[in-house]
Amino acid sequence: MTLDDLLNNTGEWIRCTGPACDIVMSSRVRLARNLADYPFSHWASKKEQETVLETSRQSIFSIKKLKDSLFLEIGKLDAIDKQFLVERHLMSKEHMVDSENKGLCVGQDEVISIMINEEDHLRMQVMKSGFNLKEAWQILDDIDTELGNSLDFAYSVDFGYLTACPTNTGTGMRASVMLHLPSLVMTKQIGKVLQAITKLSLTARGLYGEGTEASGNFFQISNQVSLGHKEEDIIDNIDRIIKQIVDHEQSARETLIAQNKEALEDRIWRAYGTLKSAHIITSTETIDLLSLARLGVDLGVIKQADRTLINELFVITQPAHLQKLEKKKLSPNQRDVKRAEIIREKLGK
Amino acid sequence: MVCNICAKNQATVHLTEIIDDQITELHLCEECAQKKGAQMESHFGLSDLLAGLADMGTQFSKTKTEAIKLKCSKCGLTYEDFKKVGRLGCGECYNAFKEALVPLLKRIHGSTQHYGKSPKRIAKVVKAKNDLDTLKEKLQKAIQKEDFEEAAKLRDKIRESEKKNNK
Repeated sequence: MTLDDLLNNTGEWIRCTGPACDIVMSSRVRLARNLADYPFSHWASKKEQETVLETSRQSIFSIKKLKDSLFLEIGKLDAIDKQFLVERHLMSKEHMVDSENKGLCVGQDEVISIMINEEDHLRMQVMKSGFNLKEAWQILDDIDTELGNSLDFAYSVDFGYLTACPTNTGTGMRASVMLHLPSLVMTKQIGKVLQAITKLSLTARGLYGEGTEASGNFFQISNQVSLGHKEEDIIDNIDRIIKQIVDHEQSARETLIAQNKEALEDRIWRAYGTLKSAHIITSTETIDLLSLARLGVDLGVIKQADRTLINELFVITQPAHLQKLEKKKLSPNQRDVKRAEIIREKLGK
Repeated sequence: MVCNICAKNQATVHLTEIIDDQITELHLCEECAQKKGAQMESHFGLSDLLAGLADMGTQFSKTKTEAIKLKCSKCGLTYEDFKKVGRLGCGECYNAFKEALVPLLKRIHGSTQHYGKSPKRIAKVVKAKNDLDTLKEKLQKAIQKEDFEEAAKLRDKIRESEKKNNK
């Protein structure tokens, strides 16, 4: 498998096969691990980083589930390829910077991905379609256990797994779900929901994690605390809260239909109409309109498109994806034209 | 007024920046202001917040100045370095800066004791420690209830497992 093969495939989450995937786009669990014998990535010498990269690579490829993975040395990729991987949620924005000795391993269907020499030596994630944190955790737990057989992870009996940043100490685990909550936004209940979340030691972020704003009604919700609770308990806690949010979104959808069906359908069809006919479209506008189109599909208003197609459009209309598809560098204006062209073509089928 | 950065569009955003007591005024168009805003945001990340919090540890420590001089014997990172970058240097740093880190971890997580998964090689040691903690708790309860017969039994068990653990 090569990096370009990813372009022609769709990640598992895009196919929308998981539970409650009308509202929950994807579930993700990640673990931070460090090798006990080396300084953390930012404090390690080039030589030590190299050793960590090589040792980890060997261990990862000795695992049966990962032996056919794609392995990339980030330092050898150009800017567009790096951005492309971020857009696919396979690696973090931080992993793009100072990328010498940084590695990335991508498993089958893009479910498993492992960053090497990010803030921690290993950042491994499992991403599943829909509301499915438990399965994601099971897969990741197994991989972590297997890696632990050949790698000696930094660990203390008191503090648990030791990480470069004290916000990840303990389990080193961050579990998150990507929610699509257009109706809670429209009915102006979202503020209350987000406020309540922080009181329950969860955080809400935008599409690309830390430091990004929520856009197009998408919210990424994850645990804040990683020390003092078992992994299963942390996941259970998020699970229960997300379930409630999903119920709230569902009833907000019903309220919108009951109170003003025409106005809602008008907004959805106008969004769909613009997507189908625009010749220049920015990425922000695309996300906003696709969000409405997705709501239209969820509610059975739009029958000409399905969730998989809308999900795919979210992914391939991003800047690096457009440039990979076009096989050349495009200016922002050229991208807006290309984006509109692809959307028209995909929705026109 | 035109934008100070691109010198093309109309300036609609007016910014006052203070760097080293120098006041600069910037007049920007919306596009450039957004870019500038993104830069400013990245200036103030999680590590900055953490660096502020990292001071907490030293406030609680009796020897504030000594905590600042602390240095990890394994990787050479000082507590001062940690305060600046918000990242520790290696696993051993957790030991070297323990006194300062415990209040910090408590502040972040509300706890300082890990309860989750552990590597296989350590799992046995952890289990023994947890069992011992449970026994000690039971002993305290027995003493409170003045059940001295039970307390004596528990004391013997604790001694036995402590001996085993130290082997």
